[in-house]
Amino acid sequence: MRDPRLPAAFLQPGTSSFSDFLADQAPDLLPGRRAVPQGHAGGQAGDLAPHGTTIVAATFGGGVVMAGDRRATMGNIIAQRDIEKVFPADEFSAVGIAGSAGIAVEMVRLFQTELEHYEKIEGTTLSMDGKANRLAALIRGNLGMAMQGLAVVPLFAGYDLASDSGRIFSYDVTGGRYEETAFHSVGSGSLFARGSLKKLYRADLDESGCVTAVVQALYDAADDDSATGGPDLTRRIFPVVQVITADGGRRLADADVAAVADQVIAGRMARPDGPVAPLVEGGQA
Amino acid sequence: MSMPFYVSPEQLMKDRADFARKGIGRGRSVVAVQHADGVLFATENPSQALHKVSEIYDRIAFAAVGRYNEFENLRIAGVRLADMRGYAYDRRDVTGRGLANAYAQTLGTIFSSGGEKPYEVELFVAEIGDTAADDQLYRLTYDGQVADEHGFAVMGGAADVVGGYLEERYTEGASLADAVRLAVAALGHTDADDRVIPATDLEVAVLDRTRSQPRKFTRLRAARLDELLGERGPAEHAPADAAGGPGADGSDGSDEPPIAPV
Repeated sequence: MRDPRLPAAFLQPGTSSFSDFLADQAPDLLPGRRAVPQGHAGGQAGDLAPHGTTIVAATFGGGVVMAGDRRATMGNIIAQRDIEKVFPADEFSAVGIAGSAGIAVEMVRLFQTELEHYEKIEGTTLSMDGKANRLAALIRGNLGMAMQGLAVVPLFAGYDLASDSGRIFSYDVTGGRYEETAFHSVGSGSLFARGSLKKLYRADLDESGCVTAVVQALYDAADDDSATGGPDLTRRIFPVVQVITADGGRRLADADVAAVADQVIAGRMARPDGPVAPLVEGGQA
Repeated sequence: MSMPFYVSPEQLMKDRADFARKGIGRGRSVVAVQHADGVLFATENPSQALHKVSEIYDRIAFAAVGRYNEFENLRIAGVRLADMRGYAYDRRDVTGRGLANAYAQTLGTIFSSGGEKPYEVELFVAEIGDTAADDQLYRLTYDGQVADEHGFAVMGGAADVVGGYLEERYTEGASLADAVRLAVAALGHTDADDRVIPATDLEVAVLDRTRSQPRKFTRLRAARLDELLGERGPAEHAPADAAGGPGADGSDGSDEPPIAPV
Protein backbone atom coordinates (compact mmCIF):
# COMPACT_ATOMS: atom_id res chain seq x y z
CA MET A 1 0.00 0.00 0.00
CA ARG A 2 1.74 3.14 -1.22
CA ASP A 3 -0.59 5.73 0.33
CA PRO A 4 -0.39 5.31 4.09
CA ARG A 5 -3.92 6.63 4.48
CA LEU A 6 -6.90 4.33 4.61
CA PRO A 7 -8.41 4.27 1.11
CA ALA A 8 -11.80 5.98 0.85
CA ALA A 9 -13.49 2.69 0.02
CA PHE A 10 -12.39 1.25 3.38
CA LEU A 11 -14.23 4.02 5.20
CA GLN A 12 -17.46 3.58 3.28
CA PRO A 13 -20.23 1.76 5.07
CA GLY A 14 -21.32 -1.23 3.10
CA THR A 15 -20.74 -4.92 2.87
CA SER A 16 -19.80 -7.09 5.83
CA SER A 17 -18.60 -9.79 3.44
CA PHE A 18 -14.84 -9.97 3.02
CA SER A 19 -14.99 -11.70 -0.36
CA ASP A 20 -17.36 -9.03 -1.71
CA PHE A 21 -15.02 -6.35 -0.43
CA LEU A 22 -12.08 -8.12 -2.00
CA ALA A 23 -13.95 -8.42 -5.30
CA ASP A 24 -14.29 -4.62 -5.31
CA GLN A 25 -10.86 -3.66 -4.00
CA ALA A 26 -8.43 -6.38 -4.99
CA PRO A 27 -10.15 -8.85 -7.32
CA ASP A 28 -6.81 -10.44 -8.22
CA LEU A 29 -6.65 -11.89 -4.70
CA LEU A 30 -9.77 -14.01 -5.21
CA PRO A 31 -8.88 -17.60 -6.09
CA GLY A 32 -11.59 -17.90 -8.73
CA ARG A 33 -10.62 -14.71 -10.58
CA ARG A 34 -7.23 -15.87 -11.74
CA ALA A 35 -7.12 -16.57 -15.44
CA VAL A 36 -5.89 -20.02 -16.37
CA PRO A 37 -4.49 -20.13 -19.91
CA GLN A 38 -6.90 -21.79 -22.29
CA GLY A 39 -5.98 -24.69 -24.46
CA HIS A 40 -3.77 -27.38 -23.19
CA ALA A 41 -5.15 -27.34 -19.67
CA GLY A 42 -8.26 -29.48 -20.00
CA GLY A 43 -7.95 -32.69 -18.08
CA GLN A 44 -4.21 -32.13 -17.79
CA ALA A 45 -4.26 -29.17 -15.41
CA GLY A 46 -5.38 -31.61 -12.78
CA ASP A 47 -2.18 -33.60 -13.21
CA LEU A 48 0.03 -30.53 -12.87
CA ALA A 49 -1.00 -29.70 -9.34
CA PRO A 50 -1.48 -31.86 -6.26
CA HIS A 51 -4.92 -33.26 -5.55
CA GLY A 52 -6.43 -33.81 -2.16
CA THR A 53 -8.40 -36.97 -1.82
CA THR A 54 -10.77 -38.36 0.82
CA ILE A 55 -12.68 -36.47 3.53
CA VAL A 56 -15.31 -38.06 5.77
CA ALA A 57 -17.67 -36.53 8.31
CA ALA A 58 -20.20 -38.08 10.66
CA THR A 59 -22.52 -36.68 13.31
CA PHE A 60 -23.02 -38.02 16.81
CA GLY A 61 -25.31 -37.03 19.65
CA GLY A 62 -23.18 -34.13 20.89
CA GLY A 63 -21.68 -32.85 17.66
CA VAL A 64 -19.86 -33.81 14.50
CA VAL A 65 -16.52 -35.36 13.54
CA MET A 66 -14.58 -34.63 10.35
CA ALA A 67 -11.49 -36.49 9.24
CA GLY A 68 -9.22 -36.49 6.22
CA ASP A 69 -6.41 -38.71 5.04
CA ARG A 70 -2.95 -37.20 4.55
CA ARG A 71 -2.15 -37.92 0.92
CA ALA A 72 -1.94 -35.52 -2.00
CA THR A 73 -1.44 -36.99 -5.46
CA MET A 74 -0.26 -35.62 -8.79
CA GLY A 75 -1.28 -38.11 -11.41
CA ASN A 76 0.41 -41.33 -10.34
CA ILE A 77 2.87 -39.54 -8.04
CA ILE A 78 2.33 -39.06 -4.33
CA ALA A 79 2.91 -35.32 -4.04
CA GLN A 80 2.79 -35.15 -0.26
CA ARG A 81 2.40 -37.69 2.51
CA ASP A 82 1.40 -35.42 5.36
CA ILE A 83 -0.81 -32.78 3.80
CA GLU A 84 -3.60 -31.43 5.98
CA LYS A 85 -6.99 -31.19 4.36
CA VAL A 86 -9.30 -30.58 7.29
CA PHE A 87 -9.30 -27.05 8.69
CA PRO A 88 -11.30 -25.23 11.34
CA ALA A 89 -13.43 -22.63 9.53
CA ASP A 90 -14.34 -20.88 12.77
CA GLU A 91 -14.95 -21.90 16.35
CA PHE A 92 -17.95 -24.10 15.55
CA SER A 93 -17.29 -25.39 12.07
CA ALA A 94 -14.70 -27.14 9.95
CA VAL A 95 -14.11 -27.54 6.27
CA GLY A 96 -12.43 -30.45 4.52
CA ILE A 97 -11.17 -30.17 0.97
CA ALA A 98 -10.96 -32.51 -1.95
CA GLY A 99 -9.77 -31.50 -5.39
CA SER A 100 -6.97 -29.16 -6.48
CA ALA A 101 -5.05 -28.65 -3.26
CA GLY A 102 -3.55 -25.23 -4.07
CA ILE A 103 -6.84 -23.59 -4.94
CA ALA A 104 -8.67 -25.44 -2.19
CA VAL A 105 -6.27 -24.24 0.52
CA GLU A 106 -6.60 -20.68 -0.76
CA MET A 107 -10.38 -21.01 -0.74
CA VAL A 108 -10.29 -22.26 2.84
CA ARG A 109 -8.21 -19.24 3.84
CA LEU A 110 -10.70 -16.95 2.15
CA PHE A 111 -13.60 -18.75 3.83
CA GLN A 112 -11.98 -18.50 7.27
CA THR A 113 -11.36 -14.79 6.76
CA GLU A 114 -14.91 -14.36 5.48
CA LEU A 115 -16.43 -15.84 8.65
CA GLU A 116 -14.11 -13.96 10.99
CA HIS A 117 -14.63 -10.70 9.10
CA TYR A 118 -18.39 -10.98 9.35
CA GLU A 119 -18.13 -11.75 13.05
CA LYS A 120 -15.94 -8.73 13.73
CA ILE A 121 -17.96 -6.28 11.67
CA GLU A 122 -21.41 -7.42 12.73
CA GLY A 123 -20.55 -8.42 16.29
CA THR A 124 -22.28 -11.76 15.85
CA THR A 125 -21.52 -15.02 14.03
CA LEU A 126 -23.27 -16.16 10.88
CA SER A 127 -25.90 -18.87 11.24
CA MET A 128 -24.86 -22.39 10.24
CA ASP A 129 -26.90 -22.08 7.03
CA GLY A 130 -25.40 -18.66 6.39
CA LYS A 131 -21.90 -20.09 6.59
CA ALA A 132 -22.83 -22.99 4.31
CA ASN A 133 -24.27 -20.54 1.76
CA ARG A 134 -21.19 -18.32 1.82
CA LEU A 135 -19.03 -21.34 1.07
CA ALA A 136 -21.36 -22.23 -1.80
CA ALA A 137 -20.86 -18.73 -3.22
CA LEU A 138 -17.07 -19.11 -3.07
CA ILE A 139 -17.22 -22.44 -4.89
CA ARG A 140 -19.50 -20.96 -7.53
CA GLY A 141 -16.85 -18.29 -8.12
CA ASN A 142 -14.39 -21.03 -8.97
CA LEU A 143 -16.55 -22.63 -11.68
CA GLY A 144 -14.35 -21.32 -14.50
CA MET A 145 -11.31 -23.08 -13.07
CA ALA A 146 -13.34 -26.18 -12.30
CA MET A 147 -14.25 -26.41 -16.00
CA GLN A 148 -10.54 -26.52 -16.78
CA GLY A 149 -9.86 -29.36 -14.43
CA LEU A 150 -9.06 -27.42 -11.25
CA ALA A 151 -12.17 -28.25 -9.27
CA VAL A 152 -12.58 -27.83 -5.53
CA VAL A 153 -15.23 -29.85 -3.73
CA PRO A 154 -15.28 -29.22 0.01
CA LEU A 155 -17.22 -30.85 2.78
CA PHE A 156 -18.49 -28.52 5.46
CA ALA A 157 -19.50 -29.58 8.96
CA GLY A 158 -20.25 -27.78 12.16
CA TYR A 159 -22.21 -27.58 15.33
CA ASP A 160 -25.41 -25.57 14.94
CA LEU A 161 -25.96 -23.69 18.18
CA ALA A 162 -29.53 -22.84 17.11
CA SER A 163 -30.64 -26.46 16.68
CA ASP A 164 -28.07 -27.99 19.10
CA SER A 165 -26.88 -30.59 16.64
CA GLY A 166 -24.02 -31.42 14.32
CA ARG A 167 -24.71 -30.73 10.64
CA ILE A 168 -22.94 -31.69 7.42
CA PHE A 169 -23.10 -29.99 4.02
CA SER A 170 -21.74 -31.27 0.75
CA TYR A 171 -21.21 -29.29 -2.45
CA ASP A 172 -20.82 -29.75 -6.17
CA VAL A 173 -18.49 -27.78 -8.44
CA THR A 174 -21.27 -25.39 -9.49
CA GLY A 175 -21.80 -24.31 -5.88
CA GLY A 176 -24.80 -26.54 -5.26
CA ARG A 177 -25.23 -27.01 -1.54
CA TYR A 178 -26.75 -30.15 -0.09
CA GLU A 179 -27.35 -30.95 3.55
CA GLU A 180 -26.45 -34.53 4.43
CA THR A 181 -27.88 -36.59 7.26
CA ALA A 182 -25.73 -38.65 9.62
CA PHE A 183 -22.56 -38.97 7.52
CA HIS A 184 -21.00 -38.09 4.21
CA SER A 185 -17.74 -38.32 2.34
CA VAL A 186 -16.10 -36.55 -0.62
CA GLY A 187 -13.06 -37.16 -2.79
CA SER A 188 -11.65 -40.01 -4.80
CA GLY A 189 -12.02 -42.61 -2.04
CA SER A 190 -15.44 -41.35 -0.98
CA LEU A 191 -17.37 -44.26 -2.50
CA PHE A 192 -15.50 -46.78 -0.38
CA ALA A 193 -15.58 -44.57 2.72
CA ARG A 194 -19.31 -44.08 2.38
CA GLY A 195 -19.90 -47.79 1.91
CA SER A 196 -17.86 -48.44 5.01
CA LEU A 197 -19.73 -45.85 7.07
CA LYS A 198 -23.05 -47.27 5.89
CA LYS A 199 -22.22 -50.50 7.70
CA LEU A 200 -20.43 -49.01 10.70
CA TYR A 201 -22.42 -45.90 11.49
CA ARG A 202 -25.06 -45.98 14.19
CA ALA A 203 -27.07 -43.00 15.41
CA ASP A 204 -26.21 -43.81 19.05
CA LEU A 205 -22.42 -43.54 18.59
CA ASP A 206 -20.64 -41.35 21.11
CA GLU A 207 -17.69 -39.10 20.30
CA SER A 208 -14.97 -41.75 20.54
CA GLY A 209 -17.13 -44.29 18.67
CA CYS A 210 -17.69 -41.75 15.92
CA VAL A 211 -13.95 -41.06 15.68
CA THR A 212 -13.26 -44.79 15.35
CA ALA A 213 -15.96 -45.10 12.65
CA VAL A 214 -14.41 -42.33 10.49
CA VAL A 215 -10.89 -43.74 10.92
CA GLN A 216 -12.25 -47.16 9.83
CA ALA A 217 -13.91 -45.49 6.84
CA LEU A 218 -10.64 -43.80 5.83
CA TYR A 219 -8.84 -47.14 6.15
CA ASP A 220 -11.39 -48.72 3.79
CA ALA A 221 -11.00 -45.81 1.37
CA ALA A 222 -7.20 -46.20 1.39
CA ASP A 223 -7.61 -49.96 0.98
CA ASP A 224 -9.37 -49.62 -2.37
CA ASP A 225 -8.38 -46.16 -3.68
CA SER A 226 -4.75 -45.63 -4.63
CA ALA A 227 -5.03 -41.86 -4.17
CA THR A 228 -6.08 -42.11 -0.53
CA GLY A 229 -3.34 -42.56 2.04
CA GLY A 230 -3.73 -45.15 4.75
CA PRO A 231 -2.22 -44.83 8.22
CA ASP A 232 1.57 -44.52 7.73
CA LEU A 233 2.97 -46.75 10.48
CA THR A 234 6.64 -46.22 9.75
CA ARG A 235 6.40 -42.44 9.74
CA ARG A 236 3.57 -42.33 12.28
CA ILE A 237 1.36 -40.17 10.06
CA PHE A 238 -2.33 -40.51 10.87
CA PRO A 239 -5.51 -38.78 9.70
CA VAL A 240 -6.39 -35.26 10.82
CA VAL A 241 -9.52 -35.51 12.97
CA GLN A 242 -11.54 -32.44 13.93
CA VAL A 243 -14.25 -32.80 16.58
CA ILE A 244 -16.87 -30.06 17.00
CA THR A 245 -19.25 -29.96 19.93
CA ALA A 246 -21.24 -27.31 21.79
CA ASP A 247 -17.95 -26.28 23.44
CA GLY A 248 -16.36 -25.48 20.09
CA GLY A 249 -14.07 -27.30 17.71
CA ARG A 250 -10.73 -28.92 18.41
CA ARG A 251 -8.28 -31.01 16.50
CA LEU A 252 -7.62 -34.33 18.14
CA ALA A 253 -4.02 -34.68 19.31
CA ASP A 254 -1.85 -36.85 17.05
CA ALA A 255 -1.30 -39.28 19.92
CA ASP A 256 -5.05 -39.79 20.36
CA VAL A 257 -5.59 -40.42 16.66
CA ALA A 258 -2.59 -42.74 16.64
CA ALA A 259 -4.16 -44.77 19.47
CA VAL A 260 -7.42 -45.15 17.52
CA ALA A 261 -5.54 -45.98 14.31
CA ASP A 262 -3.43 -48.61 16.11
CA GLN A 263 -6.62 -50.19 17.42
CA VAL A 264 -8.15 -50.23 13.94
CA ILE A 265 -4.98 -51.76 12.46
CA ALA A 266 -4.81 -54.38 15.21
CA GLY A 267 -8.36 -55.42 14.29
CA ARG A 268 -7.48 -55.54 10.61
CA MET A 269 -4.55 -57.84 11.35
CA ALA A 270 -7.13 -60.44 12.35
CA ARG A 271 -9.67 -59.49 9.67
CA PRO A 272 -8.26 -57.30 6.87
CA ASP A 273 -11.72 -56.28 5.63
CA GLY A 274 -12.63 -54.76 8.98
CA PRO A 275 -15.51 -55.26 11.38
CA VAL A 276 -18.40 -57.43 10.29
CA ALA A 277 -21.93 -56.04 10.21
CA PRO A 278 -24.92 -58.28 10.98
CA LEU A 279 -26.68 -59.70 7.90
CA VAL A 280 -30.11 -58.74 9.10
CA GLU A 281 -31.05 -56.11 11.63
CA GLY A 282 -30.62 -57.40 15.14
CA GLY A 283 -28.94 -60.60 13.91
CA GLN A 284 -25.63 -61.93 15.12
CA ALA A 285 -22.45 -61.02 13.33
CA MET B 1 -22.65 40.06 -0.79
CA SER B 2 -20.73 38.63 2.10
CA MET B 3 -17.15 39.67 2.66
CA PRO B 4 -14.60 36.89 2.90
CA PHE B 5 -12.87 37.39 6.27
CA TYR B 6 -9.23 36.59 6.74
CA VAL B 7 -8.69 33.86 9.34
CA SER B 8 -5.12 33.05 10.26
CA PRO B 9 -4.08 29.41 9.88
CA GLU B 10 -3.30 29.30 13.60
CA GLN B 11 -6.80 30.42 14.46
CA LEU B 12 -8.34 28.01 11.97
CA MET B 13 -6.51 25.03 13.43
CA LYS B 14 -7.25 26.13 16.96
CA ASP B 15 -10.96 26.41 16.20
CA ARG B 16 -10.99 22.97 14.63
CA ALA B 17 -9.10 21.48 17.57
CA ASP B 18 -11.46 23.12 20.06
CA PHE B 19 -14.41 21.77 18.14
CA ALA B 20 -13.04 18.23 18.16
CA ARG B 21 -11.96 18.39 21.79
CA LYS B 22 -15.39 19.58 22.86
CA GLY B 23 -17.06 16.65 21.14
CA ILE B 24 -14.64 14.16 22.68
CA GLY B 25 -14.91 15.66 26.17
CA ARG B 26 -18.64 14.99 26.27
CA GLY B 27 -18.29 11.19 26.25
CA ARG B 28 -17.33 8.96 29.13
CA SER B 29 -13.72 7.89 29.52
CA VAL B 30 -12.12 4.71 28.24
CA VAL B 31 -9.27 3.25 30.25
CA ALA B 32 -6.53 0.97 28.93
CA VAL B 33 -4.38 -0.86 31.47
CA GLN B 34 -1.43 -3.12 30.70
CA HIS B 35 -1.10 -6.11 32.98
CA ALA B 36 0.84 -9.36 33.15
CA ASP B 37 -1.33 -11.25 30.62
CA GLY B 38 -2.02 -8.46 28.14
CA VAL B 39 -3.98 -5.25 27.82
CA LEU B 40 -7.33 -4.49 29.42
CA PHE B 41 -9.88 -1.93 28.24
CA ALA B 42 -12.73 -0.68 30.37
CA THR B 43 -15.44 1.93 30.00
CA GLU B 44 -18.85 2.67 31.37
CA ASN B 45 -21.22 1.82 28.54
CA PRO B 46 -24.66 0.47 29.36
CA SER B 47 -25.30 -0.47 25.72
CA GLN B 48 -24.69 -4.13 24.93
CA ALA B 49 -24.76 -3.56 21.20
CA LEU B 50 -22.85 -0.34 20.54
CA HIS B 51 -19.33 -1.17 21.54
CA LYS B 52 -16.51 1.22 22.22
CA VAL B 53 -13.94 -1.57 22.49
CA SER B 54 -13.58 -4.04 19.64
CA GLU B 55 -11.44 -6.71 18.09
CA ILE B 56 -9.43 -5.81 15.01
CA TYR B 57 -7.25 -8.88 14.53
CA ASP B 58 -5.59 -11.76 16.36
CA ARG B 59 -3.53 -9.63 18.73
CA ILE B 60 -4.88 -6.17 17.99
CA ALA B 61 -7.76 -4.34 19.63
CA PHE B 62 -9.34 -0.96 19.19
CA ALA B 63 -11.05 1.38 21.62
CA ALA B 64 -12.57 4.77 20.95
CA VAL B 65 -14.36 7.72 22.44
CA GLY B 66 -16.25 10.45 20.66
CA ARG B 67 -18.80 10.23 17.91
CA TYR B 68 -20.06 6.70 17.41
CA ASN B 69 -20.65 6.94 13.67
CA GLU B 70 -17.16 8.28 13.08
CA PHE B 71 -15.20 5.78 15.14
CA GLU B 72 -17.38 2.91 13.93
CA ASN B 73 -16.33 3.87 10.40
CA LEU B 74 -12.67 3.83 11.46
CA ARG B 75 -13.12 0.49 13.20
CA ILE B 76 -14.62 -1.14 10.11
CA ALA B 77 -11.86 0.31 7.96
CA GLY B 78 -9.32 -1.13 10.38
CA VAL B 79 -10.90 -4.59 10.27
CA ARG B 80 -10.91 -4.46 6.48
CA LEU B 81 -7.29 -3.34 6.34
CA ALA B 82 -6.16 -6.02 8.80
CA ASP B 83 -8.13 -8.84 7.19
CA MET B 84 -6.97 -7.86 3.72
CA ARG B 85 -3.32 -7.70 4.78
CA GLY B 86 -3.57 -10.96 6.71
CA TYR B 87 -5.16 -12.66 3.71
CA ALA B 88 -2.74 -11.26 1.14
CA TYR B 89 0.38 -11.89 3.26
CA ASP B 90 0.15 -13.77 6.52
CA ARG B 91 -1.55 -13.40 9.88
CA ARG B 92 1.79 -12.49 11.50
CA ASP B 93 2.20 -9.57 9.10
CA VAL B 94 -0.71 -7.59 10.49
CA THR B 95 0.77 -5.19 13.03
CA GLY B 96 -0.63 -2.65 15.43
CA ARG B 97 1.98 -0.16 14.31
CA GLY B 98 0.82 -0.39 10.69
CA LEU B 99 -2.77 0.10 11.72
CA ALA B 100 -1.98 3.02 14.03
CA ASN B 101 -0.05 4.63 11.20
CA ALA B 102 -2.98 4.27 8.78
CA TYR B 103 -5.36 5.77 11.34
CA ALA B 104 -2.96 8.64 12.07
CA GLN B 105 -2.57 9.51 8.40
CA THR B 106 -6.32 9.35 7.86
CA LEU B 107 -7.23 11.46 10.90
CA GLY B 108 -4.43 13.94 10.15
CA THR B 109 -5.57 14.44 6.58
CA ILE B 110 -9.18 14.95 7.57
CA PHE B 111 -8.20 17.37 10.33
CA SER B 112 -6.14 19.63 8.13
CA SER B 113 -8.29 19.50 5.01
CA GLY B 114 -10.55 22.52 4.78
CA GLY B 115 -13.54 20.74 3.33
CA GLU B 116 -14.41 18.20 6.00
CA LYS B 117 -15.20 18.73 9.63
CA PRO B 118 -12.57 17.10 11.86
CA TYR B 119 -13.42 13.74 13.37
CA GLU B 120 -14.50 14.09 17.01
CA VAL B 121 -12.78 10.89 18.10
CA GLU B 122 -9.83 9.61 20.03
CA LEU B 123 -8.57 6.06 19.64
CA PHE B 124 -6.50 3.42 21.33
CA VAL B 125 -4.83 0.76 19.23
CA ALA B 126 -3.24 -1.99 21.30
CA GLU B 127 -1.22 -4.99 20.24
CA ILE B 128 0.05 -7.72 22.52
CA GLY B 129 3.28 -9.61 21.95
CA ASP B 130 4.65 -12.82 23.37
CA THR B 131 5.67 -11.15 26.62
CA ALA B 132 4.46 -8.09 28.51
CA ALA B 133 7.55 -6.20 27.34
CA ASP B 134 6.39 -6.58 23.72
CA ASP B 135 2.92 -5.15 24.35
CA GLN B 136 2.17 -1.88 22.63
CA LEU B 137 -0.45 0.72 23.28
CA TYR B 138 -0.96 3.65 20.91
CA ARG B 139 -3.17 6.60 21.51
CA LEU B 140 -4.38 8.57 18.50
CA THR B 141 -5.95 11.97 18.72
CA TYR B 142 -8.42 13.74 16.39
CA ASP B 143 -5.60 15.55 14.57
CA GLY B 144 -3.64 12.42 13.74
CA GLN B 145 -1.05 12.57 16.49
CA VAL B 146 0.20 9.23 17.76
CA ALA B 147 1.51 8.67 21.25
CA ASP B 148 3.11 5.47 22.49
CA GLU B 149 1.63 4.87 25.93
CA HIS B 150 3.12 2.76 28.69
CA GLY B 151 1.34 1.14 31.60
CA PHE B 152 -2.02 2.81 31.35
CA ALA B 153 -3.85 5.49 29.38
CA VAL B 154 -7.16 7.29 29.58
CA MET B 155 -9.13 9.24 26.99
CA GLY B 156 -12.52 10.92 26.80
CA GLY B 157 -14.34 13.09 29.32
CA ALA B 158 -12.87 13.32 32.84
CA ALA B 159 -9.62 11.85 31.50
CA ASP B 160 -7.55 13.98 33.92
CA VAL B 161 -9.36 12.82 37.04
CA VAL B 162 -9.36 9.17 36.01
CA GLY B 163 -5.75 9.40 34.84
CA GLY B 164 -4.70 10.94 38.14
CA TYR B 165 -6.32 8.10 40.05
CA LEU B 166 -4.48 5.53 37.92
CA GLU B 167 -1.20 7.41 38.19
CA GLU B 168 -1.24 7.00 41.96
CA ARG B 169 -2.23 3.34 42.04
CA TYR B 170 -0.94 1.66 38.90
CA THR B 171 1.62 -1.11 39.37
CA GLU B 172 3.37 -3.02 36.63
CA GLY B 173 2.79 -6.73 36.07
CA ALA B 174 -0.52 -6.88 37.96
CA SER B 175 -2.88 -9.84 37.57
CA LEU B 176 -6.02 -9.58 35.44
CA ALA B 177 -8.27 -9.35 38.50
CA ASP B 178 -6.18 -6.52 39.97
CA ALA B 179 -6.14 -4.69 36.65
CA VAL B 180 -9.94 -4.96 36.32
CA ARG B 181 -10.46 -3.72 39.87
CA LEU B 182 -8.12 -0.78 39.34
CA ALA B 183 -9.63 0.20 35.98
CA VAL B 184 -13.21 0.00 37.22
CA ALA B 185 -12.43 1.91 40.41
CA ALA B 186 -10.73 4.60 38.31
CA LEU B 187 -13.80 4.93 36.07
CA GLY B 188 -16.03 5.45 39.10
CA HIS B 189 -13.71 8.03 40.62
CA THR B 190 -14.53 11.74 40.54
CA ASP B 191 -13.13 14.64 42.52
CA ALA B 192 -16.24 14.63 44.68
CA ASP B 193 -16.68 10.96 45.50
CA ASP B 194 -16.17 7.35 44.36
CA ARG B 195 -19.06 5.51 42.77
CA VAL B 196 -19.45 1.75 42.38
CA ILE B 197 -20.42 1.17 38.75
CA PRO B 198 -22.79 -1.81 38.26
CA ALA B 199 -21.16 -4.65 36.31
CA THR B 200 -23.98 -4.53 33.76
CA ASP B 201 -23.05 -0.93 32.88
CA LEU B 202 -19.43 -1.82 32.18
CA GLU B 203 -17.86 -2.71 28.89
CA VAL B 204 -14.62 -4.56 29.60
CA ALA B 205 -12.50 -6.46 27.12
CA VAL B 206 -8.98 -7.87 27.15
CA LEU B 207 -6.28 -8.95 24.79
CA ASP B 208 -5.28 -12.07 26.68
CA ARG B 209 -1.95 -13.70 25.87
CA THR B 210 -2.91 -16.86 27.78
CA ARG B 211 -5.79 -17.76 25.42
CA SER B 212 -4.93 -20.84 23.38
CA GLN B 213 -6.77 -19.60 20.27
CA PRO B 214 -4.93 -17.32 17.83
CA ARG B 215 -7.58 -14.66 18.42
CA LYS B 216 -6.65 -13.19 21.77
CA PHE B 217 -9.47 -10.69 22.14
CA THR B 218 -12.23 -11.53 24.55
CA ARG B 219 -15.01 -9.62 26.27
CA LEU B 220 -15.54 -9.96 30.01
CA ARG B 221 -19.30 -10.20 30.54
CA ALA B 222 -21.15 -9.05 33.65
CA ALA B 223 -21.07 -12.46 35.40
CA ARG B 224 -17.31 -12.83 34.92
CA LEU B 225 -16.78 -9.21 35.97
CA ASP B 226 -18.69 -9.71 39.21
CA GLU B 227 -16.47 -12.70 39.88
CA LEU B 228 -13.28 -10.70 39.22
CA LEU B 229 -14.36 -7.56 41.02
CA GLY B 230 -15.54 -9.30 44.17
CA GLU B 231 -17.66 -7.53 46.77
CA ARG B 232 -17.70 -3.78 46.13
CA GLY B 233 -20.69 -2.46 48.08
CA PRO B 234 -23.94 -1.06 46.65
CA ALA B 235 -23.72 -0.19 42.97
CA GLU B 236 -25.01 3.03 41.53
CA HIS B 237 -25.96 3.82 37.93
CA ALA B 238 -24.45 6.90 36.38
CA PRO B 239 -26.44 10.01 37.28
CA ALA B 240 -28.35 11.28 34.26
CA ASP B 241 -26.85 14.77 34.46
CA ALA B 242 -23.27 13.72 35.18
CA ALA B 243 -20.33 15.35 33.51
CA GLY B 244 -20.49 12.64 30.87
CA GLY B 245 -23.91 13.82 29.71
CA PRO B 246 -27.02 11.68 29.42
CA GLY B 247 -26.27 9.94 26.17
CA ALA B 248 -23.25 7.91 25.30
CA ASP B 249 -20.60 9.57 23.24
CA GLY B 250 -21.10 12.95 21.75
CA SER B 251 -24.82 13.31 22.42
CA ASP B 252 -25.36 15.95 25.03
CA GLY B 253 -29.08 16.09 24.45
CA SER B 254 -29.10 19.63 23.11
CA ASP B 255 -28.37 20.40 19.49
CA GLU B 256 -26.65 17.09 18.76
CA PRO B 257 -28.49 14.32 16.95
CA PRO B 258 -29.03 11.25 19.12
CA ILE B 259 -26.34 8.64 18.55
CA ALA B 260 -26.44 5.87 21.09
CA PRO B 261 -29.81 4.90 22.61
CA VAL B 262 -28.72 4.49 26.21
